[in-house]
Amino acid sequence: MQRLHAGPAWVHCDTPYMAPPRPSPSTLTEDTPLSSDGLGSGKEKAKFMNFLSAIGRATLTFMEAAGHLALFTFTALAHCLRPPFYFRHIGRQMVEIGFYSLPVVGLTAVFTGMVLALQSYSGFSRFSAESAIATVVVLSITRELGPVLAGLMVAGRIGAAMAAELGTMRVTEQVDALTTLSTNPYKYLVVPRLIAGTTMLPILVLVADIIGVFGGYLVAVYRLGFNASSYINNTWQYLEFMDVVSGLVKAACFGFVISLMGCYHGYNSRGGAQGVGAATTNAVVSASILILVLNYLLTGIFFS
Amino acid sequence: MTMAPLELTQEMDVPKIALKGVKKFFGPKVVLDGIDLDVQRGESIVIIGGSGTGKSVLLKSILGIIQPDAGTIRIDGQDTTHIGGRERERAMAKFGMLFQGAALFDSLPVWENVAFGLIQGQRMARGEAKERAVATLGAVGLGPDVANLFPSELSGGMQKRVGLARAICTRPEIIFFDEPTTGLDPIMADVINDLIVKCVKDLGATALSITHDMASARKIADRIAMLYKGRLIWVGPVSAIDDSGNPYVDQFIHGRAEGPIQMQIRAF
Repeated sequence: MQRLHAGPAWVHCDTPYMAPPRPSPSTLTEDTPLSSDGLGSGKEKAKFMNFLSAIGRATLTFMEAAGHLALFTFTALAHCLRPPFYFRHIGRQMVEIGFYSLPVVGLTAVFTGMVLALQSYSGFSRFSAESAIATVVVLSITRELGPVLAGLMVAGRIGAAMAAELGTMRVTEQVDALTTLSTNPYKYLVVPRLIAGTTMLPILVLVADIIGVFGGYLVAVYRLGFNASSYINNTWQYLEFMDVVSGLVKAACFGFVISLMGCYHGYNSRGGAQGVGAATTNAVVSASILILVLNYLLTGIFFS
Repeated sequence: MTMAPLELTQEMDVPKIALKGVKKFFGPKVVLDGIDLDVQRGESIVIIGGSGTGKSVLLKSILGIIQPDAGTIRIDGQDTTHIGGRERERAMAKFGMLFQGAALFDSLPVWENVAFGLIQGQRMARGEAKERAVATLGAVGLGPDVANLFPSELSGGMQKRVGLARAICTRPEIIFFDEPTTGLDPIMADVINDLIVKCVKDLGATALSITHDMASARKIADRIAMLYKGRLIWVGPVSAIDDSGNPYVDQFIHGRAEGPIQMQIRAF
């Protein structure tokens, strides 16, 4: 029993559940006699309750975090629709996210396209389906690899930067200073980043699509000896409008998630340099995982 | 417990800031335990107290950054304890604040920091706001050449001055000072104290400061209140601080290790 009370204050609320003394069968062996208050063997029961309270604690923490995030998202979205709008800041964030991420995203895309062409060649040449390479490259890039890889790269670049910037502003009281200067920190800090992230990532991904397909083209034509015009022709032949659009919709969602995670973790960071470090890590990790999960869900929606 | 001089309370009908029974808990820990305090128009009150006695929490409660769990906070007679949104922003327009670490926005040049409240809060044109900012920088003893520097290029004392300029640029009715002299050398601390006194007098503003620097408190205060364990244990005019007859106040102003006050370990 003793160990139960070592937890945080709310663990004490578990105690009432132990009140009706119903020892589990395992504790009712002959060498564990019931104690005078009928609570059964203290040690085993405490172990069991410890286990339960650990589950409860984890669940409560998760629910609390989910509720907190939902409130944050709702507040931020509500502020997206209400003036004043800080167009200067939206523009600055758009340049930061859209323009300065181009080299990273472009490099990722071109090498992905090149590898894709090589790999699918080594696979497809086994059953003489080399002509499908162009189609495989363009579909993989537009539907899947463009948005996901660009999203992950931007999560590392932008999500971390947002969390670190907002986190530092939080721990140096700059966020409070905004409030005292009649400026809502959600409107001034969070909304521009959300808008810029959601609008810029599709554009980045569109560029990444083109660069990725170009990478595949380079390898196919100059390394694998494909005919340039027939490769381009094959690329266009089976490409549908929806392939590109579904990728761009994904990208918009990923952009929103990246900005949201960066802002959420930065805005709620606590306790100095270590807190900012933790916020940065959490922003990148949670954004990356959410991108992968969302990717499946969105693909499922577009697939049906 | 000594109360405010009676004639002062009768002279003015509505206090600028009125706290009644303000309480705040962080979990099981009581941070503010029923604070009653009236601050009159144009008065400068300094709240002293050791680290972790709830000074910052009290300040943030009045500012509306932290919501108290009980009690009321009135500004100009208006209850601002639980207001939000536009009403809160309107109440905020009356406030200016100098933060402990100056809390300047490091992505903006000095003049934009100073003019921030004018540009973002009052939607003033940038050119006009810059003129006002440079004039305000002059009022705190900084030349126009500082205006285009970034906060990271300034020394701590200069940052404090810029923070002060930012706090007074919108001509607020109430100015808060959060440990204005912490981390400054004695000369710069005195410069800041002089500037605070001058700026508050010039604006005719009400000032509420928190500090544990007694030299600073004596210089800028009309009245001093001592906070200990979430309660105001002594309130009185600055002239009465030396013979308060309160052992806690005596220990604090003389900075003695021995006495009734035990050091707080945790921040909250």
